[in-house]
Amino acid sequence: METFLDFFSFSDPNVRYVVLGSILITASSAIVGSFTFLKKKALVGDAVAHAVLPGVCLSFILYGEKNPLVLIIGAFTTGWIALTLIDFISSKSKIKEDTAIGLILSVFFGIGIFLLTIIQKSGNAAQSGLDQFLFGKAASLVGSDLITFGLVAVLLLVAVYLFFKEFTLISFDKDFAASVGLPIRAMELILTTLTVLAVVVGIQAVGVVLMAAMLITPAAAARFWTEKIKVMIWLAAIFGAFSGISGAYISYVAPSMPTGPWIVIVISSIAFFSFFFAPGRGIIQRLLTQKRIKKHIVDENILKALYQLGEEEKNFFDKRTIETILSKRTLRRDLLIKSLKRLKREGYLKHSDGLWFFTTEGKNKGQRVVKLHRLWEVYLIQYLRIAPDHVHDDADTIEHVLTPELEARLEKLLNYPSTDPHKSEIPYE
Amino acid sequence: MITQVENPIVEIHDLTVSYDKKPVLWDVDLSLPKGHLIGIIGPNGAGKSTLIKSVMGLIPNSSGYIKLFDQDLSKVRGRISYVPQRETVDWDFPASVIDVVLMGRYGKLGLFKRPRKADIEVAMDCLRKVDMEAFKDRQISQLSGGQQQRVFLARALAQQADLYFMDEPFAGVDAATEKTIIKLLREMTERGNTVIVVHHDLQSVPQYFDWVIMLNMRLVASGPTESTFTSEILQETYGGKLTLLSEVGNLLKQGRFPSREQTEVKN
Repeated sequence: METFLDFFSFSDPNVRYVVLGSILITASSAIVGSFTFLKKKALVGDAVAHAVLPGVCLSFILYGEKNPLVLIIGAFTTGWIALTLIDFISSKSKIKEDTAIGLILSVFFGIGIFLLTIIQKSGNAAQSGLDQFLFGKAASLVGSDLITFGLVAVLLLVAVYLFFKEFTLISFDKDFAASVGLPIRAMELILTTLTVLAVVVGIQAVGVVLMAAMLITPAAAARFWTEKIKVMIWLAAIFGAFSGISGAYISYVAPSMPTGPWIVIVISSIAFFSFFFAPGRGIIQRLLTQKRIKKHIVDENILKALYQLGEEEKNFFDKRTIETILSKRTLRRDLLIKSLKRLKREGYLKHSDGLWFFTTEGKNKGQRVVKLHRLWEVYLIQYLRIAPDHVHDDADTIEHVLTPELEARLEKLLNYPSTDPHKSEIPYE
Repeated sequence: MITQVENPIVEIHDLTVSYDKKPVLWDVDLSLPKGHLIGIIGPNGAGKSTLIKSVMGLIPNSSGYIKLFDQDLSKVRGRISYVPQRETVDWDFPASVIDVVLMGRYGKLGLFKRPRKADIEVAMDCLRKVDMEAFKDRQISQLSGGQQQRVFLARALAQQADLYFMDEPFAGVDAATEKTIIKLLREMTERGNTVIVVHHDLQSVPQYFDWVIMLNMRLVASGPTESTFTSEILQETYGGKLTLLSEVGNLLKQGRFPSREQTEVKN
């Protein structure tokens, strides 16, 4: 708890720098990654992330020490070569894009690990910290490193701000963008460059292995909560920044722990939470909606059964036992009782001495379902030319779906028929 | 039966288009008059979409040239609008109806600039023309096929062009939308705009178009509907592929031949 307060009071200037750096880096990769996500290029992002490792190692071997600017240049170069190769292979050979991505990712990462091993064996004292590029270490974001990486992150934000309109258009409709004369190639080039740069600065905090998660996951999580692209990007940035802070914190309390996995666990938890609980697109909400619809169908079916019983006995307000209802409509007894109680609560049924009967509202509702069922049967026979003995099951579903507007149109179209194909009367109010 | 016109608004000269070295359109040579509603007709795989994509510079030509308003495409882009097939975009994209229509203004706005109040007014006006005003803030993922097509049409109107190319605007739309669209296209041509439409429903051709282009990997005919849309030409257009032509195309693809010798010299 004490370290928690120490950290979040930001009294230690080092903590301030690390937090600021982590936020800048994770938020900017989340923002650039939003377009990678919208263009459905998540795998390409992963390949680039892995392909920067040989660049990092090479620049270290050539320059002899860990200089952030040189590292960025090196990482950028190999990241770019990897992207160009993926494009080249998938457009000029029979190999498809997913295979090309797999090939390039493993080849570049393999070379990277190979170079890293050479550096580690060489005993160069300045090497310390280079292997942090594998899994990230937010705590090393201090001094000149922070300034360089922070500046690149700011550059990314400015570029996305400037090109927001163009990036959105090429993500949505590339052909149209080309037709209005947007320089597609230049725009794609800029977006790709930004993606590579986002990876390059992100690896300091997250590491090459897990960097793709930092590009894609915040946008994927944000997409669950909104239908507006601007809100989505802001949310992605906030989710990214939040996971960035948590990475910085873990780096502070447990310096030997790599930050990348920690950041990825936090951002993934946000994504899973969104996946389940987001309104509209979330799984839970969808399940609830389905459940509500199921209940609604059971209720309507019971009202329908009661109405049909009333038709047979020419008395709609007679009291019925549960057995009578079950004889008309096969249903699990417990579901039936639950539904009867629900219908009573909602004012469609009344209950006395174990017997159930309609209120006026209940009778009208049951009548409407019966009417829709029979109207739909007439429609199927007249307009779809389906045999009369094949229309019942279909009508059983559609009777719950039709809206009042469609009901009115159906009545008009069929010109208020008096009976259905099985000679049952169609009840109008 | 290829009718050439004086002062054409579109002139296509000896155009051959290939995918992966295999020609899908051979030596198309035609010219089109201003102010007409023009239908491009032909069987599946005839190269209808390819023709307008190639005119819009979206796919490279193997040979030939295209002039619009007697100029190169790059000089007159602002006067031309292109409506891609509805299925080519992901309608689950996070955008609202008005956002998409505003994209029609991007060409006029240029880089970096955000849509201004005037652009929003134009966009709203265009939405009104396609009866979609009430849907301005609706998410595009919630639209029906016909509504999506109307939004695309509104976006094209927002471009305020003189020449329109539309890829299958009537595909998969409801009857009401089809009526709205054809009424709008007629109004546009009455105002002197030229509208060129890829179309697949033969029945409505004489009623909709006053000029037709009949394609089947090559240009079969181009001219006024009453003299061109005849059973004889229909038979020639739809009467099966020219198998010899397809086989030569396959050879070109396998052998990686250039479809014109001089293109080799140019490269």
